[in-house]
Amino acid sequence: MERVRAHVLICAGTGCTSSGAKQVEAAFQDHLAKKGLEKEVRIVETGCHGFCEMGPLVIIYPEGVFYVRVQEDDVADIVETHLLKGRIVERLLYKEPLTHEKIPSYSEIGFYKKQQRVVLANCGHINPEVIEEYIAEGGYEALARALTEMTPEQVVADVKKSGLRGRGGGGFPTGMKWDFTRNAKGDKKYVVCNADEGDPGAFMDRSVLEGDPHRVIEGMAICGYAIGADEGYVYVRAEYPLAIKRLKIAIKQAEEMGFLGDNIFGTGFNFRLKIKEGAGAFVCGEETALLASIEGKRGMPRPRPPFPAISGLWGKPTNINNVETFANVPIIFTKGADWYASIGTEKSKGTKVFALTGRINHTGLAEVPMGITMREIIFDIGGGIPEGKKYKAVQIGGPSGGCLPEHLLDLPVDYDSLIQAGAMMGSGGLVVMDETTCMVDVSKFFLNFTQSESCGKCTPCREGTKRMLEILTRITDGEGQEGDIELLETLAYNIKNTALCGLGQTAPNPVLSTLRYFRNEYEAHIKDKCCPAGACTKLAGFAITELCKGCSLCKKSCPVDAISGEVKGLHSIDQAKCIKCGACLAKCPFKAIIKG
Amino acid sequence: MKTVEDLKRLREQLHSQVRLRHDGGTQIIVGMGTCGIAAGAREVMTAVLDEIAKRKLSDVVVRQTGCIGMCEKEVLLDIARPGEPRITYGTVKPEHVPKIIAEHVVNGHIVEELVVGKLER
Repeated sequence: MERVRAHVLICAGTGCTSSGAKQVEAAFQDHLAKKGLEKEVRIVETGCHGFCEMGPLVIIYPEGVFYVRVQEDDVADIVETHLLKGRIVERLLYKEPLTHEKIPSYSEIGFYKKQQRVVLANCGHINPEVIEEYIAEGGYEALARALTEMTPEQVVADVKKSGLRGRGGGGFPTGMKWDFTRNAKGDKKYVVCNADEGDPGAFMDRSVLEGDPHRVIEGMAICGYAIGADEGYVYVRAEYPLAIKRLKIAIKQAEEMGFLGDNIFGTGFNFRLKIKEGAGAFVCGEETALLASIEGKRGMPRPRPPFPAISGLWGKPTNINNVETFANVPIIFTKGADWYASIGTEKSKGTKVFALTGRINHTGLAEVPMGITMREIIFDIGGGIPEGKKYKAVQIGGPSGGCLPEHLLDLPVDYDSLIQAGAMMGSGGLVVMDETTCMVDVSKFFLNFTQSESCGKCTPCREGTKRMLEILTRITDGEGQEGDIELLETLAYNIKNTALCGLGQTAPNPVLSTLRYFRNEYEAHIKDKCCPAGACTKLAGFAITELCKGCSLCKKSCPVDAISGEVKGLHSIDQAKCIKCGACLAKCPFKAIIKG
Repeated sequence: MKTVEDLKRLREQLHSQVRLRHDGGTQIIVGMGTCGIAAGAREVMTAVLDEIAKRKLSDVVVRQTGCIGMCEKEVLLDIARPGEPRITYGTVKPEHVPKIIAEHVVNGHIVEELVVGKLER
């Protein structure tokens, strides 16, 4: 007899698992059994809630109380106080960083207030390994509608009408892409899901696959029906073991229930899904390299055209979309294309999931309507910059994107406004930087990434990015030369115009955008041999000023004995010995040590 | 899974799986302060859960609350149907539970002889 009165939702995403969610779950099982509550209270493992900074997260229904940073030792208290006696365990509630107010419920928390969770609606809400929970929330109804009430043409027309654009980076209209593949001639066609998420700091695709895999499967099956494909591949990197595990479970369950396989809903439509595990090369996120990798060849791009829609996997017409794009599809068919198109801006419809990382209080995932400002994302949802530091820039779009400085914080975020500002939506990774971040160093970091991920097939990317990286390294080492900036620009434009694939064509973007907004920092490195942010250690110098009281704390903290001076006397730093570690600066109680 | 109707039927059956995670429905609130527990709140709660399961009620959530100061009337049991005042029943024993659920929760008739208070919404 079903007599469950409470659900304990424990986040089992990668973030919360690494902060101890499994131990918390075991403790719940243990303590519930001790109190004889195991039949009344159900434990539900869920996917990611996005608020990874505060994990492990535990939510208890029907009250909807949101507990953060729950550890094994807290569980006894939650079971006794909350589940047995119905009182909230105040000490485990989330506290707003500014007001210190304790917030018991999910929807009241600043991090969630401005979010609009469409793609992530089920993430953290259902158990991703139980297909019944997905169905109970209306899952596979979109597929049923599309298959039984609509022609493939109508399905494509609805996706066009919704205004959905590719969430993987470029923002190509999804409906148009489906139409190309649908109209391409071929007896066999494929649907491919690009889950080769590789941008540093981006993890939205992983979280969707971990938290709601059926949504992606459903989106792919609808696509298969629309374009006339009976087979699909999910290309997912092997570094995402949990995503692969849950996806495998989901595919098996969907087959058993008849949502995948032959004659789906008795309509004669057949669709099967396979998983291809990628080895983690960034270039395999490029569609032609990805297809080569599925075919068992080396993951290298080829010139387009022909586009995959005409000649893709094994030469057959193939439609490739990103995880988040497919995850957006079902809702277009349950709530309607008009409803979908009512969210967002004129040319960018729907919502976008952003991964917040870097110098930000609330590291995590946030889904917001297109057109929201960067200020709202970083300060209202992300909780601003830690330690009262000043905002400097946000890098958006990963190694292919660019940065947005402070004066662009109020820019409404959509595909087109970001391109105009010299950045791009990319997959939606946001790396926030504060005043202590050096912008030359940042562009060096991203270029180092693209340079080492370059497949080497075309010369502009293979050689060009290497030369650019050398110049940037020399600038941050204090050996920058007159003319370096101009040389960087020339190389950047040449690579952009001549590289074979998206990786190379966009690789110079971080350099170009930092040059556009922070040219003075480059100049300071080259002309004044100084790093304004104080981040480039080879350019940093430490000095002790008259404020020194002679406490000798700095002397004790110095690992190389570069500081000398008598107690109560003015101390000084031997610049020849100093390794610029900054230990003295951190120790000085009188702010007598300066860096510059 | 053969037809769309199959899927709809299945969803109805499965609704209870996630029902608790959504707002709405009738709330049954059991006083679980020390006083309530001493007066037998656990047994009342168990009776409530059994009755809900027996009647297969799907749009009902069971919650607990602490002491509200009326300890001598424990076990206190509140019923709040959507859009109606919250009614508090006092000195509730497990044997009263089937009646309260049948008359109030299911049919909307307040069991007057057990009422100790009414909270307008």
